[in-house]
Amino acid sequence: MKSKNWPAIIVLAVLILFPIAVRSDYYTHVFIIALMWVIIGSAWNLLAGYTGQVSFGHAIFFGTGAYTAGLCVTKLQISAWWGMLLGGPVALLVGLLIGWICFRLRGPYFALATIAVGEIFRLVATVWRNFTEGMQGILIIQTFRSKLPYYYLVLGLAAVCVYVTYRVVRSKWGFYFVAIREDQDAAESMGISAFRYKSLSLMISSFFTGIAGAFYMNYMAFIDPHVVFSLHYISIMAILVAIIGGVGTIWGPAVGAFIMVLLQETFRSSFFGLFPKWVSEAHILVFGLLVIFVIRYMANGIIGDWSKVQRLWSKDKELLTTSGGN
Amino acid sequence: MEVFIQTFVSGILIGGIYALVGLGMTLIMGVMKIINLAHGQLMMIAMYITFVLFEFLHLDPYFSLLVAMPALFLIGVLIQKYLLNPLLNVDSILPENQVLMTVGIGMVLTEIIRFLFQSDYKSVKTSYSSSAVYLGGISFNIPMIVAFLIALAITAMLFFFLLKTDMGKSVRATAQNRDAALLMGINAEWITVLTYGLGSAFAAAAGSLLLPIYYLFPDIGGPFTLKAFVITILGGLGSTVGAIVGGVVLGVAESLGATYLSMALKDAVGMVIFLLVLIFLPGGLKALTKV
Repeated sequence: MKSKNWPAIIVLAVLILFPIAVRSDYYTHVFIIALMWVIIGSAWNLLAGYTGQVSFGHAIFFGTGAYTAGLCVTKLQISAWWGMLLGGPVALLVGLLIGWICFRLRGPYFALATIAVGEIFRLVATVWRNFTEGMQGILIIQTFRSKLPYYYLVLGLAAVCVYVTYRVVRSKWGFYFVAIREDQDAAESMGISAFRYKSLSLMISSFFTGIAGAFYMNYMAFIDPHVVFSLHYISIMAILVAIIGGVGTIWGPAVGAFIMVLLQETFRSSFFGLFPKWVSEAHILVFGLLVIFVIRYMANGIIGDWSKVQRLWSKDKELLTTSGGN
Repeated sequence: MEVFIQTFVSGILIGGIYALVGLGMTLIMGVMKIINLAHGQLMMIAMYITFVLFEFLHLDPYFSLLVAMPALFLIGVLIQKYLLNPLLNVDSILPENQVLMTVGIGMVLTEIIRFLFQSDYKSVKTSYSSSAVYLGGISFNIPMIVAFLIALAITAMLFFFLLKTDMGKSVRATAQNRDAALLMGINAEWITVLTYGLGSAFAAAAGSLLLPIYYLFPDIGGPFTLKAFVITILGGLGSTVGAIVGGVVLGVAESLGATYLSMALKDAVGMVIFLLVLIFLPGGLKALTKV
């Protein structure tokens, strides 16, 4: 077993040494954002990739976490760091409530219902000015000047999140989740309470997404409803991150998160200033094209269809014929 | 009371355009059983086509229907043929792959437009944009009435197509049972391509009709995609009559919400109705009539 863990240990070691070796606030920032997406993507993946409940509403939990941290400051006059403790549980409670409403629906209907709930959250956060400050948003003061504390915090959280996913997926719960994904009726006839296990999956998923939201509040120090409850920039990105890497795989969302953030950042900076400025305006476009390409040619993502990626590199015709029948 | 009637009337008029958006969506959903999450974005493309024609050729928005609808038909056909249909044969973990593909397509369409036109708000100001007729204290905005009537005409044409022509019957047959339709010698794959094209053309019609009374920016697609599926679920999946009723109901509900709640909560009204329908009346309005 030990020998199987070495890639994870190497990756973790590289990530721990990265900011010390690079010593650039810019690259550290990029990695912080990427690691935050690792958390969101992995959390989404547990619910959708393993339990089969495609959520288009993870911005609800992200936004709830972020607002929990923000409201700690504006309403309770305590540090936003309390939000790191409270954000997860609050998002989990919201998740339970949403599960109670939406889990009576299946497949695409569940997806649609989560979009609707997400939009309701965004609109309410916009309109309810006394509570959330509305479009004005919440502005706090960052605790640390240096990016290093934030970096190691989010790295730790991402590692815990991926590890928890790994453990859950290999536990009895994980098998129940996959059984529900493959065939809910068959799973129920085997005595698995679909509602209970879907709720469990949603609870873990919303908990981690809420923590990511609370971290975002602490790190960025500014939130408004259109950023943290955004359908396009949070809910859908969470999906695309996991899709690119590979749904239903442990490492897929992590790989997808880094691809998404690094690709967008490369284009946003016009290849670090090497290309003309207009290139920067295409940063989301390029990512969208990559998403279409991946869904079209690698339906299970880069990790899920790794054998196909390998085939691109190797000219071995034998490999093509033996592993071709998918 | 006058306020109420005024609100109601403008709700119905905007509902006519919503019905067009919903009709396109319900056609696609009926035949392919997928939610087209790029629907609003297709409509946005049509709006930009109309906008460009107006800006550079001074073509009247209503006249550019004749350009925008075929153009979007073509785009829809290409999307279905080269991006969505190939996914049918692919084995993947999530069955919702086609839906996720439409998300990607919508994103790319939005970004292409943003790349070309920037994020600025644009609008088309015609001579009749703000003209209105009055009927006993109730004002009727002229472009809205024109749009409503054209929407009615296009809907009538769709019904003629679906009920009276061979091709329309093939579409309905494929929607009812794809396998049986295949056995009857219908080229179901071609029908899906045709349907996606038609659905896009309907979204295009709605976009062109909406432009004189609305404004335009690349992200306008998202909200209309949401409206489209609210209408579709409200009316009942794959039901064309349901989509029309659903469109009008949504128009009236939003209009009432904007007047009596707040402008900002207008969109939330649609979402709440949507959730309630999903949970308590999953078949939509269609389920009530048993048609």
